[in-house]
Amino acid sequence: MESMEEETPRIGVFVCHCGINIGGVVNVPEVVEYAKKLPCVVYAEENLYTCSSEGISKIKEGIAKYNLNRVIVASCTPRTHEPLFRGACEEAGVNKYLFEMANIRDQCSWAHMHEPEGATEKAKDLVRMAVAKSRLLKPLEEPEIDVTPSALVIGGGISGMTAALCLSNQGFKVHIVEKEPELGGMLGHLYKLYPTMQDASESLNHVVNSVKSNKSIEVLTSTVVKQVKGFIGNFEVTVQKANDETANFEAGTIIVATGAPIFEPVGMYGYGEYDNVITQLRLEQLLKDGQLKKPESVVMIQCVGAREKEGRTYCSRICCMTAIKNALLIKDLHPDTDVYILFRELQTYGKHYEEHYRTAQDKGVKFVKYLQEKSPRVVSGKNGELTVNVYHALLNEELKIGSDLVVLSTPLIQHEDARELSQILKVPLGPDGFFFEVHVKLRPIDFATDGIYVCGTAHSPKDTPESVSQAFGVASRAAIPMALKRLRTEAITAVVHENLCSGCGTCVKLCPYGAIEKDEKGVARVTEVVCKGCGVCAATCPERAIEMRHFTSEQVMAQALAALGRTSA
Amino acid sequence: MTEFEPKIVGFLCNWCAYAGADLAGVSRIQYPPNIRIVRVMCSGRVDPVFILEAFRSGADGVLVAGCHLPSDCHYISGNFKAHRRIMMLKKLLLQFGIEPERLRIEWVSASEGDKFATVIKDMTEEIKKLGPSPLKVQVEGLIYG
Repeated sequence: MESMEEETPRIGVFVCHCGINIGGVVNVPEVVEYAKKLPCVVYAEENLYTCSSEGISKIKEGIAKYNLNRVIVASCTPRTHEPLFRGACEEAGVNKYLFEMANIRDQCSWAHMHEPEGATEKAKDLVRMAVAKSRLLKPLEEPEIDVTPSALVIGGGISGMTAALCLSNQGFKVHIVEKEPELGGMLGHLYKLYPTMQDASESLNHVVNSVKSNKSIEVLTSTVVKQVKGFIGNFEVTVQKANDETANFEAGTIIVATGAPIFEPVGMYGYGEYDNVITQLRLEQLLKDGQLKKPESVVMIQCVGAREKEGRTYCSRICCMTAIKNALLIKDLHPDTDVYILFRELQTYGKHYEEHYRTAQDKGVKFVKYLQEKSPRVVSGKNGELTVNVYHALLNEELKIGSDLVVLSTPLIQHEDARELSQILKVPLGPDGFFFEVHVKLRPIDFATDGIYVCGTAHSPKDTPESVSQAFGVASRAAIPMALKRLRTEAITAVVHENLCSGCGTCVKLCPYGAIEKDEKGVARVTEVVCKGCGVCAATCPERAIEMRHFTSEQVMAQALAALGRTSA
Repeated sequence: MTEFEPKIVGFLCNWCAYAGADLAGVSRIQYPPNIRIVRVMCSGRVDPVFILEAFRSGADGVLVAGCHLPSDCHYISGNFKAHRRIMMLKKLLLQFGIEPERLRIEWVSASEGDKFATVIKDMTEEIKKLGPSPLKVQVEGLIYG
């Protein structure tokens, strides 16, 4: 695209009245007359609405009649109207990157409604600035890439398997990489699922069998991802098996579904010291294996190592319901066993969850509110019997509860090796250690890096229905580029002038997308399809060897200096 | 003699600050017409040279505005890079005899039209008090004197 022949700019300027929105404040005819006198402007006119079908025709006619090779519309904001006007240019044979806008409405007539003279002067300046940039604009193309129709799913728990099945049902090949010897993840360790109390293994086995019998899903167990190169549509994946053997394959998209283990509360409430202080997960295993000896009194403590003032400040979401579920299971087995749940706040937020809580109350589970600053204390007597001392915040009195089983509800936390995976994939972890989505509300399962998605507890603590919903979500996100087969990527990217590059590597370190690396000659090279066009590299390069397409230093400077009535060299 | 009207050049990121400025307009929030906005994709694109050149060419003030710290940046961390550069540049400006207050970095989200307008009002007022850029006086002396 750099090789395209340079032609003398012939700029057409279309100044919009926007009804009375602009014309009611800014003297539009004066701006048009002013534009006509600017360098390289060969034509200028005013329109009542440049964005109307009539206005669009005027642009196309102007391009044909005056042989325009640059177009400026002085109207509203490029954030809403640039695509429309670019389309008009393209239809008339002008590359869409040779279009420029001057925002004389949102940032001029509307903001200076009572100062028509100042607004008109500003509008002229904005047009002059647009002309200064327009003269230097270059045509650009959006590179097209092929997309490999296969996905890598990292993690073979319920989330990863669900996403894999979804994608395979849509006709895509899937590789599941699971570091454990078996598929199943956390669900394989659980007994019953709230609120329906069905067996976890029942739901899980069905999914595992579907995955195993699916010919388009390749399952690699006892395997970890070692290296990922490339970009959306073209990831080159290297995996390593337990016997150190490596394998390579290509993937168009990547789904992170690595799950989350529980926090082991060593040193808290006698955990690790007394055998009868255990975690909820351990209790679940005892219940599942039928090995729980009848306890006389069970005390469950919530928010152990969660919702802290510093560190793990987050709520793990699943613990309140898990405690209620396990309390009910104990009550069902041993109705006369006392079960206490010591909580700070109870969150039973999901569908049919509140009902589950009421059932527990009805069955005699005792709920005791404690305060974070007055946490319960577990003390051991002479014969190993435990007493839990807790200040009951609602009764305003200290309770001493004798207990032969203390169960600690601890949060889900990120895997120890998540940091390594985040570096391999070049995707971020949030302050809580979990994988960090690009936008919490609008793109909750995408990473900033195209083609990589996250679901399940790798993203944040959540229960099975939430994980499964997200898994459906990522499968449909990942299917989009794979179904399209070809993608257009960003045209506004950085380009390195090799002869100027000293190979200092500053840009390599600063690029938030890992789009720049040093090539065999020791100079920086941009992988265009990975570059998002922020321009941080261009602003930093000490040799000024990096050019940011469509926002080149010359273009930006020309625009800025035109604001001051100067022309750049 | 007419009142001194400062010329301010603003480098605004496409995703937050430029959108905030649009919203100020859409909401009809009025502010003085002293700013000329240059759109860049990210505040991290703003090369210190752009700013120095703007001052050298007679700007009385330069505004760089982007997405809120720490995590609003559309490009993950460009706002941090911009912030660091501007803090350094303020020190440099002082050595050139330019009041560091003439250079501002502000975080304006797409929903903060009111904040954008307030920033422009404040900045225009502050620079009016400072008077024309000392560099401008010198440069104009050199060119036209």
